[in-house]
Amino acid sequence: MSEQKQSSGDILIEELNRTNSSSRIGQLGQLVLIPILAVITGLAIGAIIIILTSESVYAAFGNSIGSGLGEAFGVVYEAYWALFIGAVGDPAKISAALSSGDAEAVRRAFNPFSDSLVTTTPYIFAGLAVALGFRTGLFNIGVEGQLYLGAALATYIGFAFTDLPPILHIPFALAGGLVGGAIWGFIPGWLKAKTGGHEVINTIMMNYIAIRLTEWLVKGPLQRPDAQNPISPIVLESSQLPKLFGDPIRFHIGFFIALATAWLVWWYLFRTKMGFDLRTVGANSNAAKYAGMNIVRSTVLAMSLSGGLAGLTGANEILGVNHFFVSSFSPGYGFDAIALALLGKNHPLGVVLAAMLFGFLRSGATSMQLNAGVPVDIISILQALVLAFIAAPAIIRTIYRLKEPKESDAMMISAGFGD
Amino acid sequence: MATLTTTVPNAATSVELNRRRRMGFVFIGFALLTWLLFAVWQGPEAEAITTFRLAPGGPNSPIPPWEFNALNGINIVAGICAALGAFQLVRGFGRATSTVMWLIVILFAFAFLTWAASGKSLNLAGLLNATLVRAVPIVIGAMSGILSERAGIINIAIEGMMLGSAMIAVIVGSLTNVWGGIFAAILTGALLAYIHGVLSIKYKIDQIISGTVINIFAAGITSYISAKFLNTYAELNSPGIVKPFPLPLLSDLPVIGTILFKHTWFVYTMFIFLILMQIGVFHSRWGLRMRAVGEHPKAADTLGINVIRTRYISVVLSGMMAGFGGAWFTLGSVGRFDEMMTAGKGFIGLAAMIFGNYSPMGALGAGLLFGFADSLQTKLAILKVPIPSEFLLMAPYVITMIALAGLVGKAQLPAAGGKPYDKE
Repeated sequence: MSEQKQSSGDILIEELNRTNSSSRIGQLGQLVLIPILAVITGLAIGAIIIILTSESVYAAFGNSIGSGLGEAFGVVYEAYWALFIGAVGDPAKISAALSSGDAEAVRRAFNPFSDSLVTTTPYIFAGLAVALGFRTGLFNIGVEGQLYLGAALATYIGFAFTDLPPILHIPFALAGGLVGGAIWGFIPGWLKAKTGGHEVINTIMMNYIAIRLTEWLVKGPLQRPDAQNPISPIVLESSQLPKLFGDPIRFHIGFFIALATAWLVWWYLFRTKMGFDLRTVGANSNAAKYAGMNIVRSTVLAMSLSGGLAGLTGANEILGVNHFFVSSFSPGYGFDAIALALLGKNHPLGVVLAAMLFGFLRSGATSMQLNAGVPVDIISILQALVLAFIAAPAIIRTIYRLKEPKESDAMMISAGFGD
Repeated sequence: MATLTTTVPNAATSVELNRRRRMGFVFIGFALLTWLLFAVWQGPEAEAITTFRLAPGGPNSPIPPWEFNALNGINIVAGICAALGAFQLVRGFGRATSTVMWLIVILFAFAFLTWAASGKSLNLAGLLNATLVRAVPIVIGAMSGILSERAGIINIAIEGMMLGSAMIAVIVGSLTNVWGGIFAAILTGALLAYIHGVLSIKYKIDQIISGTVINIFAAGITSYISAKFLNTYAELNSPGIVKPFPLPLLSDLPVIGTILFKHTWFVYTMFIFLILMQIGVFHSRWGLRMRAVGEHPKAADTLGINVIRTRYISVVLSGMMAGFGGAWFTLGSVGRFDEMMTAGKGFIGLAAMIFGNYSPMGALGAGLLFGFADSLQTKLAILKVPIPSEFLLMAPYVITMIALAGLVGKAQLPAAGGKPYDKE
């Protein structure tokens, strides 16, 4: 009997080594290089789309090829420069503010930067949610629905419980968001473990159920008493995430909560036994089963935790930025999160970096639309391209003539539907 | 050896028996639910009359409305359901069980309408007509899903393909005519599907991720072009619509003519596609090969079927179908493109495909059921039924999850779905 156990442990270690060594030795360089090239290629294709859809470029090409090329370069420069200023800030203004030494001016000059961090925050939570699922071999495409449930519950706690001090009310409302999302993640996790119903289908269905359910909630039980349109009451000040600067600057402590959550997820996944179990189930569920790990528990737990993180996305948006619930308030965080989790290689640190990239792009895009006339939706196109390149590194390798690693690293996350 | 031969048939019959019993109890459950919900708990007044109008137009329409006592109607429906359940328990309907299941669903819907319209009047013909119209994108989406998933390629990008082709249909339709728009939409669907195919077949990336790429890309590019051009150049966004074409003779039939034969060519073409697919998928060499590739690609390959080519063809056909559906959103319906106008219909199509158990006729049934829920929710406010319309809108998703969980007969998914094919 003890021999039996020994051998199963050996198999497990062998399995883990096999998957680890190939990714360590063969791809360490490409691990960083490919995401960077994917983003650069995405931006390049984005530039081509901007050129192709600019009427001024066609007009200039009508005059001469030289002026056409100049105009083409001009519109791209104008768009991406506006994107940069909108995301990070105007270098001229920043240096002027710094030399003047006026604290208020400095804050205003850095406002685009801090605003980008505000946009980054939900991406961190949502990206962690997707990444945690992927690490367990689960494709949580339901972050969008889970964040709505989390947001609805956080909103309710935010306005219904009066006379709580912020030190209690904020954690309480955040916990509500966590629980709301976790319930919405638990259901598909449980269905997957018990009936084999694929989590991708179930989470897609639950996205739409969540959207309809919350639509009904803000028309009924959660509606603001004096309002005609479907919006919830404003959450009490005691539950709002504190802002660190004066009023026009939206920057709130949510960003730091997100960073702490990322660290917690990292610690849980890579430093605890339960996290090890989850990752083993994700890497090789057969080996995990053979080693006596509880697949059912891991699946349910992982989907619940993933849903909980998604719920925090919604709670953070309500308590930190919007302060009340309207239906369809999310611009698709849950779907963008799939791209950024893969961009960050499903590692919490990678997710934070990828979320900052997406947050800065999204935040800068508004200024790009206003100042350069390029619609914000170019960012979605960019995200789709980056997602394709990250998932199929062979495309990037073909473009840049990189060497093929020994083992195929094409993304295979979800097992077949028929299983 | 002796035990083996005796136990195997026993096991088979006991599984059969269990399913028979379970379905019997489900039928009787529906009967009880109908009775308790609509006759006892929220029952109408004993003398309440339900009026179903059977033709458009006001009181001077040629076909008299159908009037009957609501309570009696509900009780009769519950009785029929109970009788069907009892027969299922005792004898069993065998192969016809799922047909009877659909009949029970229709009866339940009828009882619901009788209850909701008790003491009032409801335009039943109009409701059923709207049901069919609202089912069109769902059924086409489901057929698109069947084409690709039967060959082992999961296609969650139906939504994106529909959205992209809906926009191209408007632009090309405005520049040429509606038929040019439809043609361009089908090509657009094929192109997006080809990208899905290259990513998931050639580069072997996860089919869900590949589908997500298409969805995000389509949402981005359509909103981008809409914001940049369609809003400024209104002439690019006014293609006109495909006019309804009442079929000669058939459209003159009483009641049925109004419901079935006064639609646009989109509806008739959908039915033609349904018949072609039902024959093609289940009774043709092409369909057999496609299903073989989806169930067991290695075995199919051994028998000389080109797995990769079959999958490419299936995915591109799936995209063409989605493109046709996309054209419906603009050219067959409102005659203009709006951002995100598909509003999840592609995903409801996916749900209908699963609920219809990957068969075209099942997709039609599921699509009509979901379309019925969709058109009913617009009438709830008029009928003063205290059910929020949102709950009817979420019904398709909920019942798909129930079907997927195997509570009422398990959906049979293609075995090799989602797995890229590695030829070794």
